[in-house]
Amino acid sequence: MSTFERRPTWTGRVRRAVEETLPPDRLLPDTQPIYVASWIYVFGVLTLAAFVVIVLSGCVLSLAGPAWWHGSGVGRYVNSTHLWGTELFFFFMVVHLWGKFFMAAWRGKRALTWMTGAVAFLVSIGTAFTGYLTQQNFDSQWIAGQAKDGLNAAGIGAFFNVLNYGQMFMWHIVLLPLGVGALIALHVLLVRKTGVCPPLPGREAKP
Amino acid sequence: MSVAGYPIAPDPAVEWTGAKRRYDLIREAVIVLVVVTVLTLTFSAVFSSPDEKPLTVATWASAVPRDFLATALSELDGTSGVATYGPPYTHVAGAGQNIIGSLSIQRAIGVRIAIDPARAFVLGPLSIPATTDLQLHSALAEYQNASESQRQAWTKAYSDALDNSSFVSGQLVLAPASYGPVAPLMSNLLLMARSGALDGALISTSRFYQTNFTKSLLFLADGSYLENMAGRQNLQGSQWGMMNETGNYPGQAWLWLYTFWYQIPPFATSENADAQIWALMGLLSVGFVLLPFIPGVRSIPRFIPIYRLMWRDYYRVAEGRSTRRPTA
Repeated sequence: MSTFERRPTWTGRVRRAVEETLPPDRLLPDTQPIYVASWIYVFGVLTLAAFVVIVLSGCVLSLAGPAWWHGSGVGRYVNSTHLWGTELFFFFMVVHLWGKFFMAAWRGKRALTWMTGAVAFLVSIGTAFTGYLTQQNFDSQWIAGQAKDGLNAAGIGAFFNVLNYGQMFMWHIVLLPLGVGALIALHVLLVRKTGVCPPLPGREAKP
Repeated sequence: MSVAGYPIAPDPAVEWTGAKRRYDLIREAVIVLVVVTVLTLTFSAVFSSPDEKPLTVATWASAVPRDFLATALSELDGTSGVATYGPPYTHVAGAGQNIIGSLSIQRAIGVRIAIDPARAFVLGPLSIPATTDLQLHSALAEYQNASESQRQAWTKAYSDALDNSSFVSGQLVLAPASYGPVAPLMSNLLLMARSGALDGALISTSRFYQTNFTKSLLFLADGSYLENMAGRQNLQGSQWGMMNETGNYPGQAWLWLYTFWYQIPPFATSENADAQIWALMGLLSVGFVLLPFIPGVRSIPRFIPIYRLMWRDYYRVAEGRSTRRPTA
C-alpha cells in the first residue's frame, strides 16, 4: 500500500462522514416505521413542494425583471403563482408545525430538527415580507412605511432599510431564499438522520 | 402488554425496530408537487393577484395640494414626522422608542440614514429649477440667508394662512401677509410636484442608476394622503395594518400575532409600542425555537391528546383494540 493511500484526505474524511451519517438506505429509504401512516405527515412534503413552486415562479419573474408583471398579462399570472404558492407554503407549513408540536416531535434527540424548522419558519416570514416590499405597488409603499417604525425601534432599520428598494430586492431574491433553502435542506437531512419520531406512549390495555 | 411490532411506549431515542411499511418517498414527493402546482395555477387563474398603482408625489400634489403644501412646509420648518423622528434619520435629543424605562436600542444605534428634511424635500429639489429661474434663485437665497427667527416668522404666517386658503383654478389663494420668500418657494414646489419633477428630484443622486426610495417614501408618509388611501383599503395600523393587502386577498396572515399586539392595551396606546412589541416578539420567537427545552410548554402535547388522533391507527393495534394492521 502506498503512502498516498494511508494518509487520509479531506475528501475521504468528508465522504466517510457522509456515508456514516446518511448511508443511502437512510437518505432514501423505501420503508418507514408502521406509525408513519397519517395525513399529517404529508404536510411536510406539501411545504417543500410549495417552496419549489415559489422558487420556480420567482425564477420566471426574474427573466424579464421586477417591473415586467405590472404591464403584462402573462407576467401578472406568473406573479399570481408566486403569491398563491407563498400562501399555500405558509398554510402547509403552519399545519406541519402544529402537527409536529402536538406530536412532541422533538423527543429522542430531535430538538435540532425542531429548531431548524422553527428558524426556517421565521426566515420564511422575512422572505415573504421582503417580497411584499418589492412588488412596486401601493402595498409596497404602505407596508414599507408601516414596517420601518418597528424595525427602527428594534435598531434593525438602520441596517435593514425597508425603504431602500434595491436592498430589499436583493434580500428577497438572493439572501433570504438561500437561507430558507439551506434551512429546509438541513431540516430534511436531520429527519432522515434521526428518523421519524415515534408515537407518544399509548394506554395499557386493562388486564 | 405490547402487540408484536407495535410497542405501546416506544423509546424515541432508540432506532425503530418495530413493524415497518412500504413508503415511496420519491413517488409521494412527485405526486404532491403536481398537486401543489395544479392548486397554485388554479388559484392564480381564479383569483389573480392585487396590483394597486403606487402613489406618486405628483398625484398627491394634484389631488390634495393643501396637504402637500402643509407637509412640505413642515419639512421646511422642522416640525414634520421625519424632522422629529430621531434615529436612524434625524438628530433629535431624546427621540426614539424605549423598550423599558429609558432603554432604547434605537437611540443607541443612532443616526445611520441621515436626512435633512428641509434640504432633502424642499430646498434641494428647488435648487434644480432655480438654476434657470432667477426669481426662485433669489427667493431661495433670501430664505437661506435669513435668521432662524425670521424663517420661523415666515413659515408660521404661511402655515396659518394655509388653513384658510382656497384654490381657484388650481392656484393657491392666500390672504395677504408677510410670507417672505416662503410663498414663492411653496408655489414653485407645488408646480414642480404636480409636473412630476419632484418625484424625479427626490430619487436623483450623483450617480446614474438609482434603487433607493427612502426619501420619497418618507416624504409621502409624512403627509395624510398615503394614510387616507390606506385607510380606504383597511390597511391602517388599527385595522390590523400591514398583514392585510389591497383588495380581498389573504395578505400576510402569518403576521397575525405581530399585528395583534397593536390592537390591544397597553400597546394600542403606548408611545413605545413598536419597541415593546418587537422585544416581546423577539422573546416569543426565541421561545418558539427553543421550545423543546422549556419545561411545561414542551409537555403540553402529552396533556392534549391530539396526538392520539394523528396516530390513531397505530394505537388501535398497539392497545389491542384491533388486529387489523395498516396496509404495508
